[in-house]
Amino acid sequence: MSVNKTLAIILALFLTVPGFAFGKEIVRIGLITPMTGDVKTYGESAKNAFYIAIADYEKTGKFQVNPIVADDRNDPTEGANGALKLITQDKVLAIVGPLTSKVAIPVSEYAVKYRVPMVSGTATAEKVTISDGKRKPYVFRACFIDPFQGSVAASFALKNLKAHTGAILYDVGNDYSKGLAEVFKSTFEKGKGTIVAYESYQKDDVDFSALVTKVAAKKPDVIFLPDYYNKVALIAQQLRDRAVKAVLMGTDGWDSPELVKIGGNAIIGGYFTNHYSPERKDKVAEKFIAEYKEKHGSVPDALAALTYDATMILLETLDKVQKPDVELITRALSALKNFHGVTGTISFDKNGDAVKSAVILQVEKEGSRYVTTINP
Amino acid sequence: MELLSYTLQQLINGLQLGAVYALIALGYTMVYGVLRLINFAHGDIFMFGAFVGYFCISRWHLPIYLVFMIAIGACAVLGVLVEKIAYKPLRAAPRISLLITAVGVSLFLEYFLSLNAMFTPNYIAFPRPFDVAGYDLFLVTITNIQLIIFSVTAATLFVLYLLVYRTKQGRAMRALSHDQETASLMGVNVNATISFTFAVGTACAGVGGILYGFAYPQINVFMGIMPGIKSFIAAVLGGIGLVHGAVLGGLLIGVSEVFVSAYLSSTFRDGFIFVILLLVLLFRPNGIFGRRIEKV
Repeated sequence: MSVNKTLAIILALFLTVPGFAFGKEIVRIGLITPMTGDVKTYGESAKNAFYIAIADYEKTGKFQVNPIVADDRNDPTEGANGALKLITQDKVLAIVGPLTSKVAIPVSEYAVKYRVPMVSGTATAEKVTISDGKRKPYVFRACFIDPFQGSVAASFALKNLKAHTGAILYDVGNDYSKGLAEVFKSTFEKGKGTIVAYESYQKDDVDFSALVTKVAAKKPDVIFLPDYYNKVALIAQQLRDRAVKAVLMGTDGWDSPELVKIGGNAIIGGYFTNHYSPERKDKVAEKFIAEYKEKHGSVPDALAALTYDATMILLETLDKVQKPDVELITRALSALKNFHGVTGTISFDKNGDAVKSAVILQVEKEGSRYVTTINP
Repeated sequence: MELLSYTLQQLINGLQLGAVYALIALGYTMVYGVLRLINFAHGDIFMFGAFVGYFCISRWHLPIYLVFMIAIGACAVLGVLVEKIAYKPLRAAPRISLLITAVGVSLFLEYFLSLNAMFTPNYIAFPRPFDVAGYDLFLVTITNIQLIIFSVTAATLFVLYLLVYRTKQGRAMRALSHDQETASLMGVNVNATISFTFAVGTACAGVGGILYGFAYPQINVFMGIMPGIKSFIAAVLGGIGLVHGAVLGGLLIGVSEVFVSAYLSSTFRDGFIFVILLLVLLFRPNGIFGRRIEKV
């Protein structure tokens, strides 16, 4: 009995040695992402990239990261609850995400209230970093914003697709969709195009026959669908069912392997704006793409690439200031310039938004084809 | 001419949606007629039918007629199970208990089937085992999907008519909906007839589920909530308890929804249906075909 006890004590002492020897301070970083729900592929990509980023960081980083993931189900209430739990219960130092703008907007309010730095990889709506024209402190994003994205889409439609008439179908309850629709409309009309149909629908609408018939009657050259991939696929199918011949144009919400799975031939050939193309020739990008392919068997989409960038930005800033201090980190983030990320060179402007180029991709049967890059 | 063509086209869109609503409303109305119960779980059996269709086509690659037959069978079985387990024990209980139980069954079906081991809470692409084709007819274009929906609905309604008005079981159902006690005195097997009613009602919903899947090819465990509510409103609009009421109500609701979408805005489509419900309950609670309540 006594021998066993002694052995147990020696074993316990041995186990504490690594703690003494390494002594890296532990920081908790939260990730808010839609693991389930209508856009779960975004969540899976983000989670995968998040873990890869942490593993890469810990090879040379000064801190040990304890990752905590919260599922927001692409629902603002769930996201807000998840954020509250991460902040108040798990006491995270910072948050990566949320992914979608509609969840990021309420969560950013919590970030400001509780003073937790938040870096979203992918939320593009203007309102994420600005409230009533004023900048929200502590909130940053590694991606471009929708005023830029919407105008890129419209310019592409006008110049490259040579469209004269356009129709827009958007989700009235989603700031992302609505914001993009408005920007596309104003840019398209400024470029002497005519918007012949500007129709809204609700998130849960399934029957688009009325809208499709309405739009078909106006015979637009291009139809702009700024929504998430599952809705876009459904609308595209119903458009093609009624033999609507317009070119379909979309935004980064289209980026998912499920888009073609659900939409099939209806969506193939459509164009969409995105944050990066996996065909990008760049050291950091190629390394990440190879790592992701090895671990998960598929090419990372923009959601993964941006989440990787957002996480790395956060962790490398943490290393720079060397202390898990919220104010130091936030100040250092505000000053971020020329960060070499997977998705490009990232600098935060005075609103915490990244100024970057956009790419146009075309949907193919397997993946997407790079078409062109449009600079800000 | 353009306006006429556009209006007719939207009318066909509305009938397409209305046909599915009619099939679901039949289940509501038949169960109400026999049990005076609003089976709130009915929309979820519609969802179940759609998923059964998905599995049949996508996983097992069965021919279309077999898909329909399996869905009809599966939904009928589910309907009878629900009745035997949840509603039968409460036959003598106050109506409110039955109503709450129905809501409970609905929530159970939705959340149990949304587990990852079951149907998962994700959106699933509903397969179409045929290519979509459009046919030009006078001023409008009809797709083969719409033709399938109209023909299958018509066939189902015809079979239902034969069942309810030309068979002994149908007569038993009608007798039961008049007066349960007297019917049982007349030799009607109450339990068997109630189960039969449920089976027929849910079978119609199953057919509706597959047709809905063809038309709007994305299914999800929560897809039955809204169509269930709207079909219930349709049954009330036409006269709850009356089969022809359910059909007319379903078509009217479908057409109204599409017209509101087409001429006003898609954002009003759900709200408008609820306004219809309010108006019906305020001014004609017995529905279009319902008789006025006679005060004795």
